[in-house]
Amino acid sequence: MKIDQIEKTRVSETHARAGHPAGPEGRAAHLKLRKLSKQYAGRTVLEAIDLQIKPGEFVAVVGRSGCGKSTLLRMIAGLERPDGGQVKIGGGGVAPDVRMMFQDARLLPWKTVLQNVALGLADGIDAARKALDSVGLLERADDWPAVLSGGQRQRVALARALVHEPQLLLLDEPLGALDALTRIEMQRMIEALWLDRGFTAVLVTHDVQEAVVLADRVLLIENGRLALDLDVGLARPRERGGAAFGAIEKQVLEQVLDTHHKLEKNIANFTKC
Amino acid sequence: MRTRLSKLGAPLAPWALPLLLIAAWQLSSRAGWLSSRILPEPWAVAKAFHDLAVSGELWTHLRVSLWRAAAGFGLGAGVGLLLGLLNGSSRRAATLLDTTLQMIRNIPALALIPLVILWFGIDEAAKLFLLAVGVFFPVYLNTFHGIRSVDAGLVEMAKSYGLSGWALYRDVILPGALPAILVGVRFALGLVWVLLIVAETISAQAGIGYMTMNAREFLQTDVVLVGVLLYALLGKAADWSARGLERRFLRWNPAYR
Repeated sequence: MKIDQIEKTRVSETHARAGHPAGPEGRAAHLKLRKLSKQYAGRTVLEAIDLQIKPGEFVAVVGRSGCGKSTLLRMIAGLERPDGGQVKIGGGGVAPDVRMMFQDARLLPWKTVLQNVALGLADGIDAARKALDSVGLLERADDWPAVLSGGQRQRVALARALVHEPQLLLLDEPLGALDALTRIEMQRMIEALWLDRGFTAVLVTHDVQEAVVLADRVLLIENGRLALDLDVGLARPRERGGAAFGAIEKQVLEQVLDTHHKLEKNIANFTKC
Repeated sequence: MRTRLSKLGAPLAPWALPLLLIAAWQLSSRAGWLSSRILPEPWAVAKAFHDLAVSGELWTHLRVSLWRAAAGFGLGAGVGLLLGLLNGSSRRAATLLDTTLQMIRNIPALALIPLVILWFGIDEAAKLFLLAVGVFFPVYLNTFHGIRSVDAGLVEMAKSYGLSGWALYRDVILPGALPAILVGVRFALGLVWVLLIVAETISAQAGIGYMTMNAREFLQTDVVLVGVLLYALLGKAADWSARGLERRFLRWNPAYR
């Protein structure tokens, strides 16, 4: 099936790029955040975040729920206005094309799968067909989204994002609601499509393993700041359970848990007083 | 064998009770338990129906009533839809208009009859006004509510995919509000017949209501019953067409398939 084909291109692409995916000029955007801050009702969610992401880089942002990682992504997407600092997205084109994948697929239930993929394209039915084919769902083109499974809906959402040939793809926990097997399948698909097309990707996830599988760089956000910025220098495709893989996963997890322990200690001290 | 019988029976089952009632009615008329002054036998009603149809009187009245219902519904539902869309989409319009409309809503349309007669006399205009006012509110309220409750996540997604203005309205907001709008339309289609009956019995020179009021004067109970049955059939037809609309426009929704 289609996924196998992708699997094959993935392997060959990996060899070609040797783990340093830098997209062809103009297809990947450069992302620069300067002193980006956000407050909600007086509570600081993000505080002076400085970040540079190279064109074609795959960056994962991890952190506990409510740490502000989704807010960060929404500010990059322009869905929320920062209270301070700025977001700069530069691509080869004049206006870099940024697309977002949401946690829920957000397909329009009254449009067929194909119409959903073609959303916002003037006459993009052919392009939509191709994109749908690339996620292996061409035969479901005329179905309503209501009859698809959760994983299939996310694949349609992925096709909808990719049909615009984005230079920057933002993924807001798009796999959070999927079962473990579908998740792995989707991770492979996202990786293959990223390798194939070379866009810049920012993935927000609470799953450390997912971050290490997919990303060139893993960022950890804690207390509104970047607490960790780790290069994952592993060759692709990455095998879960390998020693090097495990070491990196452990390092990130420990950092997450460490601050958690500190927090608990603080609470303990607080209650002692 | 039994399953085949029950398969055949399934679409007929809803009609079993009406048919049984008619049979009982015919029987009691024949047995002399029911005076024909109170309730003529079904056969007499069918005959009256046939006579009216042959003389062409029935069709004249039916046409007039249908036209009134369509015009009143079109007017009221059209304005209701427009104002519902406006107030649902614009906070400012809602602030200015909604409170006033909610106040007017609490006046029963039929309580306006004396005023309407003073304003419009007893002509067509009075009847159309009554129908339109009555039909306006279910359509307005449901459209307003439908637009307001469109999934904000979908709107955000569509905007981030470059949709705005009319395209956003056509592809996201209107289809999102459509289930609620159609509930309003269905309700209004039921209401329009109720109001029409009242409006036509006030004073009219034609229409099913006129036909029945006229027949009452001459104690033609069978013709009165023809009128009552016609209203029932027309109401059912209106409801049926509203369901057709739902099936057509809400195909995507598993609840309507």
